[in-house]
Amino acid sequence: MSDHAADDTVPEVDESRRKFLIAATAGTGAIGAVLTAVPFVASWKPSESARAAGQPTEVDLSKIEAGQMATFFWRKQPIYVVKRTPEMVASLKSHDGELKDPKSDSSEQPEYAKNEDRSLKPEVLVLVGTCTHLGCLPKTRFTPGDATVTANWPGGFFCPCHGSKFDLAGRVFQGSPASVNLRVPPYSFKSDTSLIIGLDAAATAEKGAA
Amino acid sequence: MGAATDTKGGGFRAWLNKRLPVDQFMADQLTGYYAPKNFNIWYFFGSLALLVFVMQIVTGIFVTMHYKVGEATAFNSVEYLVREVPYGWLLRTLHSTGASAFFIVVYLHMARALMYGSYKAPRELLWVIGMLIYFALMAEAFMGYVLPWGNMSFWGAQVIINIFNTIPVVGPDLVEWIRGDYAVADSTLNRFFSLHVIALPFVIALLILLHLVALRQVGSNNPDGIEIKENLGPDGKPKDGIPFHPYYTLKDIVGVGLFLTLFAIVVFFVPTFGGLFLEKPNFEPANPMSTPEHIAPTWYFTPYYAILRAIPDQRLGALAFALSVLAFVFLPWLDRAKNKSIRYRGLASKLLLGMFFVVFLVLMWLGLQPAEPLYVLMARICIPLYFAFFILLPFVSKADANGPVPDRVTYHAH
Repeated sequence: MSDHAADDTVPEVDESRRKFLIAATAGTGAIGAVLTAVPFVASWKPSESARAAGQPTEVDLSKIEAGQMATFFWRKQPIYVVKRTPEMVASLKSHDGELKDPKSDSSEQPEYAKNEDRSLKPEVLVLVGTCTHLGCLPKTRFTPGDATVTANWPGGFFCPCHGSKFDLAGRVFQGSPASVNLRVPPYSFKSDTSLIIGLDAAATAEKGAA
Repeated sequence: MGAATDTKGGGFRAWLNKRLPVDQFMADQLTGYYAPKNFNIWYFFGSLALLVFVMQIVTGIFVTMHYKVGEATAFNSVEYLVREVPYGWLLRTLHSTGASAFFIVVYLHMARALMYGSYKAPRELLWVIGMLIYFALMAEAFMGYVLPWGNMSFWGAQVIINIFNTIPVVGPDLVEWIRGDYAVADSTLNRFFSLHVIALPFVIALLILLHLVALRQVGSNNPDGIEIKENLGPDGKPKDGIPFHPYYTLKDIVGVGLFLTLFAIVVFFVPTFGGLFLEKPNFEPANPMSTPEHIAPTWYFTPYYAILRAIPDQRLGALAFALSVLAFVFLPWLDRAKNKSIRYRGLASKLLLGMFFVVFLVLMWLGLQPAEPLYVLMARICIPLYFAFFILLPFVSKADANGPVPDRVTYHAH
């Protein structure tokens, strides 16, 4: 102990050993810091109750008139269900050239809704009612020729926030800020008048036969 | 000034200074800090920004005493504050007007830096820290606007959070993580409250401190863009400098008086400022089933918002939006002129900066308008002009017929 007072010479430093120890200590500390961040970051994910509330929901279609739309909630998002008339379905064929993604190749929908009318049954259109641009609710503009939207309007949806336009299958028109078609949620039919939103029709897909 | 650091002798002052360097701090930061003597009206806005920050903290503390976070309670608690709490209407209006005042002051503060080249070396980091304050302030203001849970709060949050959806691969998961639910919901409101009230005020306070430390290190720029430290008198003090205290503290008090007069007029007579400071749809509770006919953020975000929505591709739109905000950070390196101040630059530089100010204000106005074809078209014309400022600046600033800079600042004794 008394040596310290007398001896001022600094012992030789092993630089490479010191460097290694500094790097190892800092590295271990950094790994610890990252691992410690995990619970804090993960706490922002949807909670168990939010997940539970996101279960499939069954809705009744019998009260929707042909040519009209009803809005339901699934996962706190509005789900648009439109009973399309034969004229409405026919109108879809007239404007493929004006659409950004007519075949829905880069849009989000279940496999069974990736077809011309984007549905399991042409007479029932099911869409997530939030604009794919920034999430506003597109308004219904079903009347063909509605001049408040644009000239030669075939009927569809118009988003008031940023002016995106969609047809009666939720397909986006060129010139819209939205780049992809309105999303189709997973859904299936329990019966002709009962729709289950959130449950894939994959297991019982019959579209191929239709 | 010499005696200020005296820690010898008796008395309370010496006792205090031995333990806490009060006089030393005053001498270093205020009486011994020399600022250029040619400051003009544009130099009010730094101290005013600090004033508004303090006001927001104080009014925020009191507003929070009555606010009840939560989907079911937030809107009603704000109405309760305004209608039933004694002077609650005043607390709320001071806080909401303070938010807009903050941005008015900060935009003028930034415009000053653009005119006089205050971001140029050696003040690059000062500018970058200032931009970080601006970004933190944008987040703070956005989250604060969500808290009353009015219909514009809800839909504004929906739109802004969805911008992250355009990020490739991680976008959708990121958006769900930010919201904590499949849609903007209670969880979103709660975390925004936490960030607005605790996290971001701390961050902003820290950044303000760094901004001031960096300012003391490099010294203030001035309308002539001359480094006063390069022209010292026999006493070692800048010839063109005067002590910050008492000269500029007194000047700033005049600014504070003028500012508070205008501020009080808004608070007492036009608290919503015609729907600009508090938008009409926000006096209705949040309704996930009904988008307001016309969604516009508060006025201080609208230049960027006009850019976002005018581009007919969502990924490009979000990218242009992000770039339009971030571009300011790079100004110190984009500007290659030797002269700092616009006073001693050529006509081309003056026109370029003037164009940018006009385009910024036009975009601000356009972002407040509905998404009608004419306004979208106008925004599409403004977007290239907006970015042209940043793209042309390196060339114009270098090649321009920049005039000679005088040795001493322009100053007329009063």
